[in-house]
Amino acid sequence: MARNPVTWLGSPTFPKAAHKALADTQLRQNLRKATGTIRGRRAAAVAEMTDWEQLRVAGEQIKNDVLARLDTLLVQLEESVTARGGVVHWARDAEEANRIVLDLCREEQATEVVKVKSMATAEIGLNEALEAGGVHAVETDLAELIVQLGDDRPSHILVPAIHRNRSEIREIFQRRMGVEVSDEPADLAEAARVHLREKFLTTKVAISGANFAVADTGSIVVLESEGNGRMCLTLPDTLITVMGIEKLVPSWQDLEVFLQLLPRSSTAERMNPYTSVWTGVTPGDGPQRFHLVLIDNGRTATLRDSVGRQALRCIRCSACLNVCPVYERTGGQSYGSVYPGPIGAILTPQLVGDMRDPQAASLPYASSLCGACFEVCPVRIDIPSVLTHLRAEAVEAKGRTAESVAMAAAAWMFKEASRYEKAQRAGALARFLARDGRITSLPWPGSRWTSSRDAPAPPSESFRAWWRRNRG
Amino acid sequence: MRVALFATCLTDTFFPETARAVVRLLERLGCSVEFPLDQTCCGQMHFNTGYREHARPLARKYTDVFAGYDHVVAPSGSCAGMVREIHPTLGESPPRTFELAEFLVDVLGVTDVGAWFPHRVTYHPTCHSLRMLGVGDKPLALLRAVKALDLVELPDSTHCCGFGGTFAVKNAETSTAMLADKMTCVLSTGAEVVSAGDNSCLMHIGGGLSRLRTGVRPVHLAEILASTEEDPWLATR
Repeated sequence: MARNPVTWLGSPTFPKAAHKALADTQLRQNLRKATGTIRGRRAAAVAEMTDWEQLRVAGEQIKNDVLARLDTLLVQLEESVTARGGVVHWARDAEEANRIVLDLCREEQATEVVKVKSMATAEIGLNEALEAGGVHAVETDLAELIVQLGDDRPSHILVPAIHRNRSEIREIFQRRMGVEVSDEPADLAEAARVHLREKFLTTKVAISGANFAVADTGSIVVLESEGNGRMCLTLPDTLITVMGIEKLVPSWQDLEVFLQLLPRSSTAERMNPYTSVWTGVTPGDGPQRFHLVLIDNGRTATLRDSVGRQALRCIRCSACLNVCPVYERTGGQSYGSVYPGPIGAILTPQLVGDMRDPQAASLPYASSLCGACFEVCPVRIDIPSVLTHLRAEAVEAKGRTAESVAMAAAAWMFKEASRYEKAQRAGALARFLARDGRITSLPWPGSRWTSSRDAPAPPSESFRAWWRRNRG
Repeated sequence: MRVALFATCLTDTFFPETARAVVRLLERLGCSVEFPLDQTCCGQMHFNTGYREHARPLARKYTDVFAGYDHVVAPSGSCAGMVREIHPTLGESPPRTFELAEFLVDVLGVTDVGAWFPHRVTYHPTCHSLRMLGVGDKPLALLRAVKALDLVELPDSTHCCGFGGTFAVKNAETSTAMLADKMTCVLSTGAEVVSAGDNSCLMHIGGGLSRLRTGVRPVHLAEILASTEEDPWLATR
């Protein structure tokens, strides 16, 4: 089976990647500022809603229903899209999806396509596959354009260039667009606008993702903030939409819930600025050829896992990234995947589908289990529970290790109070390592603790020894 | 009221003064405290690190040891959370287990426990107390009622300190980066004592504060609440 491009080839395990990121002063500063700002704005936008918790529950339930009926809803979507003049393609994995899209571009004799920001196409490595096939994809979302022009990788689901500040963006634009520009946000946006305008007007094929697809009407929904999406979705002759099979909602009534949950959770907006909806092909209006490519790429396998499948409820809002203390310090690229942060830590390994992959297996451990992600998730994905669930899979895949032997020994010791007390008494000897009640240096693996913190010296008497002496 | 103390393995082994403080405090409030000596560990480390099968017998043991008690009190939000939220997923029906602050406020119905603690204190609420148990500001209500205590609000108090159990060693550098920010917040308050309802987080924050020789001392909430004018808290280490 071909390697799933959802993780980047050659990415180190999370602790190794974090080692490098943590030392990047500029990255740390950019992320601290950006996530801090958006956290505050989201909290305010959510606090305005008196029925937020009910909305979250509704979002969770609608998505659970979709996942339970995915087989029939997908067929219904295909029928609705086909009836309205669209063509539906099914792709098992990234390779199949990329080949379908490349063939469609070739049919249109396109050598350049415009793109609306899309996680699904990033997940399958579509841009690289198209480039290899002689088709250049132009990203039109501002942050995605910054990443593309900077020969960089995304580090956030919603704001892929969140790791860049405006002076870095100015440098990228000047180098790649050959223009003089200041680092004022308005000037940078204008430079991007000028750069992109010609592409919108001349390019015949556009590629998008989808935030939602309404099964009973076949309507596809894209939410964006810059208007670039609206241009891509209306101006070209041919539109190709690549969508994960879990992006369905049964009806328009269900969509209402998500159009409230998503903007407030992601950009802290009350209403999304540009919401584009289209249904198949409308003669004389908009693209006259519409293709919908449905990708599986590990989703069916994820659906089989009764705990892990809740990751498929995700609507890609990024709220979990913005509140995550690990993400804030390591940045998104440390996760080695287009899906970073808490949701990435549970989604990526499941899409990869192989816990023997050391990089994928390191992701569920990239969390202190603080639970801030679960608290903000608009579809109530219990990320901490899925993390521990996947850790159990990682442990199983690894087999016998020094850690597993130590854990088995600890479990054996804790099973009987008498053994535990013996271990306590033996451990109390560590007192002799201490000076003034502190231990500043322990041998491995304790050194991983004492590298930055003192360890407490064991007391002369455990609590249970005291209890026995005084109350026993 | 008859109460069983679940000391937790960490506190029993490394921080006995906290468990002694719980006994003193609860007895002062009229409880009859028992400590079943068969207790060991709730299995949280095993469960959270992916060793679910090793956690299972420990959860079972917990149910057996504390069966028959109407109230079990633990001086730890994360261990109480493990018992209450996770043990049922391992097929157990554990006896009613409370984190200390919620037991005092919700079950005993007190916020003024008659404590005296003449120090400047800041409080870290700990993630599992906040988000698993929903303890909210009960610890702060208890601290506000302590005589002579100068309570200073901790900036970004709800942010994780970076402990996370084995996370602190598996991702030691990221954990340390989180700890650095927590210590910055603690130091900005000018407090001489940082308190929390969980010795695991305090061991982490305190370990960092000690390494940097800040002089700020970690003290468990139970020890502050147990301290009185007649029998005041004394630094034991």
